[in-house]
Amino acid sequence: MNAADHRRGLERVSRRLLLRRTLSLGALSLLTGCNLEDDDAVDRVLWAMSRWNDRVQAALFSRARMAPTYNEADITDPFPFNAYYPLEQVRRVDGDAWRLEVSGLVSERRAWTLAELAALPQVSQITRHICIEGWSAIGKWGGVPFRDFLARIGADTSARYIAFRCADDYRSSIDMATALHKQTLLALTFRDRPLSAAYGFPLKLRVPTKLGFKNPKHIVSIEVTNVYPGGFWEDYGYNWFSGS
Amino acid sequence: MQVLPLAVRIAHWINAVAMAVMIASGWRIYNASPLFDFVFPAWLTLGDWLGGALAWHFAAMWLLAGNFAIYLGYGWTSGHIARRLLPLRPREIWRDATLALRFRLPHDGAQYNAVQRLLYVLAGCGTGLAILSGLAIWKPVQLYTLSMMFGGYEMARRVHFLAMACIVGFIAVHLVLVAIVPRALRPMITGRAI
Repeated sequence: MNAADHRRGLERVSRRLLLRRTLSLGALSLLTGCNLEDDDAVDRVLWAMSRWNDRVQAALFSRARMAPTYNEADITDPFPFNAYYPLEQVRRVDGDAWRLEVSGLVSERRAWTLAELAALPQVSQITRHICIEGWSAIGKWGGVPFRDFLARIGADTSARYIAFRCADDYRSSIDMATALHKQTLLALTFRDRPLSAAYGFPLKLRVPTKLGFKNPKHIVSIEVTNVYPGGFWEDYGYNWFSGS
Repeated sequence: MQVLPLAVRIAHWINAVAMAVMIASGWRIYNASPLFDFVFPAWLTLGDWLGGALAWHFAAMWLLAGNFAIYLGYGWTSGHIARRLLPLRPREIWRDATLALRFRLPHDGAQYNAVQRLLYVLAGCGTGLAILSGLAIWKPVQLYTLSMMFGGYEMARRVHFLAMACIVGFIAVHLVLVAIVPRALRPMITGRAI
């Protein structure tokens, strides 16, 4: 083949490539309709794979493995706000009237006030918050180690799930192993000050071993349960375990 | 003469499908929080929204990584990789690259030229890098050591993007060459030299 043949070949190529690209994209676009939103066969496979990934992540999770911690100087400032609604719609919770309901497989089913939670032994940590969108930011959260709180309410730690409901109608849930992880906190403070409304006043779950959407804000209810509780984004199709 | 064993051909086509799904869904995930000053056109992406794209990505990753592992295991133990893709000698690569730029490079399929060998090996390395950096992003805590080898979560994201860019660059060259010399496609289907 000489150079002229090649040039002619190249001209044919560009036309052929266009056609081929259209064909392959046509095939792909049949699949782009599969987005977890209806119940076709492909969506069912995607959901099944997500449940498989839950199991893999649970097996990979180690309670002894700590999320990396950082220095004060590493803290992202300003720390980004993120929710399923814009900043203007942040819920303003009245701290005096607020109560934390505790229910399910616990021996002490009663509501907690903010002052009672603040009176419990507190710890703080500087960790990386990783959003499912891909970005990450470093923040400092302080509060009650969640496993201490679970011990205090007499939670059945052989139960599978902890479900959270929030003042902004957000919901999420986590596995018991993660709930008992040393770094999982019922956070009352951000950068040593009470949580601002944007960051989840009065109470947020801080889980540095999970993605950001598994860190519910404005929590009003905690339930220990064996019935899969799902969550706001989880019900749309975000992977439930979403460990990091 | 059979030059491409059935196992390699099957692995190639599984990889083609898995790669298409990983790249198209990966672009949708990228668009949710772009690292650079551009986004991918939505019509080129897969999954419709972030959750859909992630579901595709985390499903197809098993196909991609599993297929790649089987290919490497087979290719190594059978001698296929050593025979067809190695050695990589700079002098041969230089010689064949200059020939290729003058459209004088033989492309017979019975034996890969040095430029082909280099590109195929780089594509394999890009795939390995994409898988490892992807694991580092997926599990920066549980796979902390791996994540730190990439310089932490944020660096691993950039490495993952770079690996994708290398793979897409390879695919572009690969498809253009197949389009110029369509008969080069036949061995990947029949296994026989052209």
